[in-house]
Amino acid sequence: MTTKHLQDKDGLVSVTRRDLLKGTSALIIGVAVPPLATISSATAEASVVTRTLNPAQLDTWLAIAADGRVTGYWGKMDMGQGVDTAIAQIIAEELDIDVDIVDIIAGDSALCADQGGASGSTGVNLSGAAFRAAAAEARLVLLEKGSVELGVPLEQLTVSDGVVHRIGDRTQAISYAELVADRMFNEPISWNGRYGNSLALEGRAKPKDPQDYRVVGTSVRRKDIAGKILATTEFLHDVRVPGMLHGRMVRPDVAGARVVSVDEASVEHIPDVQVVVENDFVGVVAPSEWDAIRASKQLKVEWDDGDSGFPTTSDELFDWIRAAEPGESVVEENIGNVDAAFDGAARTIVAEFEWPFQSHARMAGAASVADVRDDAIVVWTDSQKPYDTGKGAKVLLETPINGRRKNAPDYSVRSIWKPGPGSYGRSDAGDGAMDAVLLSEAVGAPVRVQWMRNEGHAWDPKGPASVVTCRAAIDGSGNVAGYHFHIKGFSRADQNSRENAPSEVLAGHLIGHSNTPEWRMQTPAESYGFPNKRYSWDALAPLRQQASPLRTAHFRDPYGPEVHFASESFIDEMAFATETDPLEFRLGLVTDPRDAAVLEAAADLAGWEPHASARRRRDANGNYVGHGIAYATRNGSVNALVAEVEVDPNTGRLWVRRMFVGADHGLIINPFTLDRVIEGNLIQATSRTLFEEVKFNRKMVEISDWVSYPILEAADAPLEIKIRKINRPELDPRGAGEPTTRVVPAAIANAFFDATGVRVRRAPFTRERVKAALQSA
Amino acid sequence: MNKTFTITVDGVEHTLSADPTMPLLYALRNDLGKKGPKFGCGLAQCGACTVIHEGTAVRSCVFPVAAVTGNVRTLDGLGTADNPHPVQQAFIEEEAGQCEYCIGGWIMTATALLEKDPDRSDSEIREALAGLKCRCGTHMAILRAIKRAAGQMRS
Repeated sequence: MTTKHLQDKDGLVSVTRRDLLKGTSALIIGVAVPPLATISSATAEASVVTRTLNPAQLDTWLAIAADGRVTGYWGKMDMGQGVDTAIAQIIAEELDIDVDIVDIIAGDSALCADQGGASGSTGVNLSGAAFRAAAAEARLVLLEKGSVELGVPLEQLTVSDGVVHRIGDRTQAISYAELVADRMFNEPISWNGRYGNSLALEGRAKPKDPQDYRVVGTSVRRKDIAGKILATTEFLHDVRVPGMLHGRMVRPDVAGARVVSVDEASVEHIPDVQVVVENDFVGVVAPSEWDAIRASKQLKVEWDDGDSGFPTTSDELFDWIRAAEPGESVVEENIGNVDAAFDGAARTIVAEFEWPFQSHARMAGAASVADVRDDAIVVWTDSQKPYDTGKGAKVLLETPINGRRKNAPDYSVRSIWKPGPGSYGRSDAGDGAMDAVLLSEAVGAPVRVQWMRNEGHAWDPKGPASVVTCRAAIDGSGNVAGYHFHIKGFSRADQNSRENAPSEVLAGHLIGHSNTPEWRMQTPAESYGFPNKRYSWDALAPLRQQASPLRTAHFRDPYGPEVHFASESFIDEMAFATETDPLEFRLGLVTDPRDAAVLEAAADLAGWEPHASARRRRDANGNYVGHGIAYATRNGSVNALVAEVEVDPNTGRLWVRRMFVGADHGLIINPFTLDRVIEGNLIQATSRTLFEEVKFNRKMVEISDWVSYPILEAADAPLEIKIRKINRPELDPRGAGEPTTRVVPAAIANAFFDATGVRVRRAPFTRERVKAALQSA
Repeated sequence: MNKTFTITVDGVEHTLSADPTMPLLYALRNDLGKKGPKFGCGLAQCGACTVIHEGTAVRSCVFPVAAVTGNVRTLDGLGTADNPHPVQQAFIEEEAGQCEYCIGGWIMTATALLEKDPDRSDSEIREALAGLKCRCGTHMAILRAIKRAAGQMRS
């Protein structure tokens, strides 16, 4: 691999691996440490460094500095849920060192092997397992080196606080730092040959038995938190590269509108503005950020009416979905004979549930800094998939289109992840990065792009809309003989979850690349032992193919809340139809003891009182009060939630007053942080359930800010969330970043039914809908 | 047309040249290198940019640089690692926030509220926080942190 030197007019600054390791005198590593490149005031990582990243080498994963500090090179990143701290705990555990001396470098394609980025709540369970193996192996290697140095047989040695010594005798001792100082491990470790989430390592060493854990399972505080609260941490948004210009995009008011003409003279009065136009991609670049903003607002662009947006509107959407021709139909699960159960039913119950498009609506729209010069790309991003951001940038710039890029260089590429506003899936992050890449390519200077608020709402990828139909066959004895769940909606992957190709990003569409949507849907995840059960789906093609503000992509717990809103609401409907308490009904059906345990935990916390019909209780203020339960599994995590709601019939306000959670995420790495991750899931999902809907007309989405797309605020936060965590040391840690999202909508809907006797089957449960539902009841 | 402004931020005077209509946020971030106030919406709808101007929490994303008349306090200047502001200390202890992009808005709003009077009820606190957004949904920890800070500041 050759090294690219991105020299800029401010000259080269020499930064070495040593500097990158935070000033510690790092030892490591037989890797080239070239002089560098562009460097921002506070961004040592900006240097272009090559480091041979070979997953089969221990040095790829861990380094020990002369001062004893240990660095883990992690090919994922933390999106604010303390996963980097959990990885540090795992490393500290296996190496027998203090967690405070472990540093994690994350998501830099030149420094860390690709472990898939932040993806599918796999940070702790999959990448944690890799680091467990690597750290255990490192400990063994260090013991072996210590054995040689001390002249003591390996089996007579142990480690305390990073010091190898004779068991029960510290007079013969040597520290990790002394053992490796100025040398690298130079030791192989087996890997499974697969980059990404599933990258797995296996060494000779056997990791610790969980019963010996002393760091894992304790509430180590998040390593990142103080720097962010004291405003000393550099976010993506603080990256400043010498010679950097500010970019802003210019978007049409109509989806699919195409550029007719651009009047560059309209911004001539703004100093040093450059206008970048390629096909329908329009941006402005200026040395001053405020000037870039002004230019983006003042640039006169004539757009045509395009093919005018969408074939339906948000008001008509669900009927449109019902009538639409599916692009793909799949029966996911078919147990017993569902049709026979319905044929023999004494009665059937049927219900439909509707979920709208939703916006990631991050705290800030996409941002990125890209530096495309000569034959090198450096991109700073807060994308969850920074490895794919880099790959995607390279493909974007090397694919001929519009008569351009025919002789594109074979770009070297480096992507550097930096923290940004919380991202929960394939948000707009990857789109913003590609905007920066194209602008930088065009102007030949580093460009920082920041999407404005309207872009973050209107132009980010969306969570898909759907209609679910549930049917139950009830036999003559009052039992559910057959159950059919069918979801029809938009595929959750018009854009894939990683911006690795021009087809997968907005900028790619705008310069003329075609969309390549995939068919991906979801059905319920639970262990209900219905004798006859069918789970099926119909996936619909995007409402518009190209550059759509309604293009779908993964949004936290993809299709989890949509699917389980319906399925867990309908479980309650089946329970009441058979005159059974909803908790008892579930406990009678679940076949996995872990599932029963979380249901019982949540019910116990809530003081669940059995009831076989809506209770319609009112408090002293005349508000309805009710409780509802829901449960679901997700990739080995199991959660149950009891929601307590208060409904004001006059205002229509539905307040989720208390939430009680039974949570089983396998082995718990960090209880304190896990509680907060669960709280975040619950509140964000409550917001989606009560407030969030992307309205759109035939021309365009109608959301552009927090007024047109409100989310939950402090006034609507619950009084209390109680969580009972069930630790399962016999299991691997399971993901926690998403699984408690999916239980929220139905728990609230079920509580609303208990409170009012009215079933809400369309999300979000806004004040207007609540009032309308109560009035029509 | 740019004009020259002298503004006091975190107790330090700065002179800068800017379009008078430019919001203070861009001066803080680009001219002064502050990291605490963040761009979230540019519309005073989310609070990520909140600073304290003359004792009042204001949204620097819509506050023209020309309107600055007194000291501007930012998250950057609120406290240090050795001597954090009680509100910062409480947020650290509660691990309030996840991505922390919005956190400055909550901290600065709570600081302005509690410095006036730390004896605040739950509903007063929630009311004062109206308009602030947290997409990660960490409101429970934020509320705990503010109540913890209020207790500290009362004693």
